Amino acid sequence: MDANNLKRMSAQVNVDDFLPASEEEKAYMVKMRPSTTAFKDGVRRLKKNKIAMISFFVIVIVTLSAIFIPMFWPYKYEAMLGMQPGKPVDASFKNLAPMQYSTTELRKIEAGEKVFPHLFGTDASGRDYFIRVVYGTRISLAVGFFASIIVLVIGLTIGAISGYAGGKVDMIIMRIVDIIYSLPDMLMIILLAASLKMTLERSLEGTVFAKIGTNIISLFIIFALLYWVSMARLVRGQILSLREQEYVLAAETAGAKARWIIWKHLLPNCISVIVISTALQIPSAIFTESYLSFLGLGVNAPMPSLGSLASDALNGINSYPYRLVIPAVVISLIVLSLNLFGDGLRDAFDPKLNG
Amino acid sequence: MNPKTLKYILKRLVLAVFTVWVVITITFFVMHAVPGGPFVGEKAVSPAVQKAMEAKYGLDKPLMEQYWTYLKDVLHFNFGPSLKQRGRQVVEVIGDGMKTSAKLGVIAAVMALAIGVVLGSVAALRRNTVADRIIMVMTTAFVSMPSFIMGSLLLVLFAIKLHLLPANGTTTSGLILPVITLMLSPMSYITRLTRSSMLDVLGQDYIRTARAKGVSRLKIIFGHALKNALIPVITYFGPMLAYIVTGSLVVEQIFAVPGIGRAFVSSITNRDYTMIMGTTIILASLIVIMNLVSDILYKVVDPRINLE
Repeated sequence: MDANNLKRMSAQVNVDDFLPASEEEKAYMVKMRPSTTAFKDGVRRLKKNKIAMISFFVIVIVTLSAIFIPMFWPYKYEAMLGMQPGKPVDASFKNLAPMQYSTTELRKIEAGEKVFPHLFGTDASGRDYFIRVVYGTRISLAVGFFASIIVLVIGLTIGAISGYAGGKVDMIIMRIVDIIYSLPDMLMIILLAASLKMTLERSLEGTVFAKIGTNIISLFIIFALLYWVSMARLVRGQILSLREQEYVLAAETAGAKARWIIWKHLLPNCISVIVISTALQIPSAIFTESYLSFLGLGVNAPMPSLGSLASDALNGINSYPYRLVIPAVVISLIVLSLNLFGDGLRDAFDPKLNG
Repeated sequence: MNPKTLKYILKRLVLAVFTVWVVITITFFVMHAVPGGPFVGEKAVSPAVQKAMEAKYGLDKPLMEQYWTYLKDVLHFNFGPSLKQRGRQVVEVIGDGMKTSAKLGVIAAVMALAIGVVLGSVAALRRNTVADRIIMVMTTAFVSMPSFIMGSLLLVLFAIKLHLLPANGTTTSGLILPVITLMLSPMSYITRLTRSSMLDVLGQDYIRTARAKGVSRLKIIFGHALKNALIPVITYFGPMLAYIVTGSLVVEQIFAVPGIGRAFVSSITNRDYTMIMGTTIILASLIVIMNLVSDILYKVVDPRINLE
């Protein structure tokens, strides 16, 4: 028996036990956590998801390099390096292997000048391939992003109107949605892309849109025409179930207009579902763009996109397979990480959807 | 069959017919909105000859009249003559291409189904083991890989680097790579579908009952679990066909397979109107019908499914 216990047995009171608790001890006893919002809660769950976080970093890195690398890179995506104004064409710039220099550049290096290496070599027209891949990534990402914004705006508006109005309006909109939904999308896209390309070429000449290219415009038109349906369905379903809630009735009783109820009460409550499906729309748009580019219905030359780079590479596949592999890997990486990140978002912000 | 099911089938049938009509209509008017007729761009043709050609193909009549004639012809599977391949009917060209494409598509679909179900069941039965992890990682990668990327990579690897298989799809052995390309993505999807539904079924009470009364493991898997686990897979038939059809457009391009997909793509670059319309309508109807069949089958096979 040690001294301490002896003390207790002798029924003496330990004075230390009656001292007021220190701040540290008080904090230890508090069972409450700081209050959390649904958003913070979702972010916390998202951070725990390793795959989603890795995908997120991949997306950020790819996006940032697609935006910033073309700004300081010494070569331009459309510049044929062998072509100097007033000089004969320098054929040694064509079809360089990765890290290889043309004879002209080798002479410059011997003369002591510094020449920036061609990381991925050059293509058949003597254009630096690395910057073309980076630029193609930029185009693909931009197309994916804007296409999903278009889908979001149209789908949200129509879905919200359909869900809130109900009755005949809802029925007519939903029948149209049903039909568009059961159209084989890819075939219709190819058909529309092929015909829009021919139709738009003439009417766009000389305007700002001509620069963006008829094919990209027609791609956006196609997305606006066909791809809003699933978003509209989703939003309508959400609104339909939310519309029956008591707080909407309360707002109506207080004299709120339909616009106000949709914007202030209904949409904020289905925002997580909307954000998630928009995020998942981006890879699908990138996929469609690259598919069309591969069939020759994508961006206008000399502008590259990942799909058109892969398609061009098929011509020289025997000698330069890496020209196909590089854009292929980049597309797969982007689509995969966007998909995984979208899945992570869904799991984190809307466990109900997971199923 | 109860009246509710019949009503559902009827409703879907009407929708399908309507969809096919919409496809035909869109195709017709879109193709006619394109500036420059099919004879523009060929060697200088005198106006008189052009007029005669337009009269021959009925392109000089009012648009609505052309539309009605076309609609009637389509119902008789008459898509008119190909505008670019002289002396050939569109139906013949499509029929020729269909032989190769159908072979390609059916083999790919059957293989995707067989391998997908096996891999999915293995993953479900060996849940959270190394085998399950490997299957899931691989299928995740394959699902998000576009078919043209997959095709190109396989072409580089097996035909160009390793020289194992021919790069040209005109021979029978040349169809191996196109089939694998078309198969991988649907296979991965079926694997994931089977795995999740198998896990769902294995947790059901009747499986536990069967195990408790001493039914052998194999009999439980094949006699009780698999049958029910495969029901959700039926819903994927339609989308799978759509994927294979659109995938074959690029895959036939990559591997130079003389199928309907390649005919379609080249008719777009040639502006062969009747070919584009014919191919779009046939492929679209195929997809719509397949979607219809798989949806109806799904509802009929499983009486638990609630019909709206």
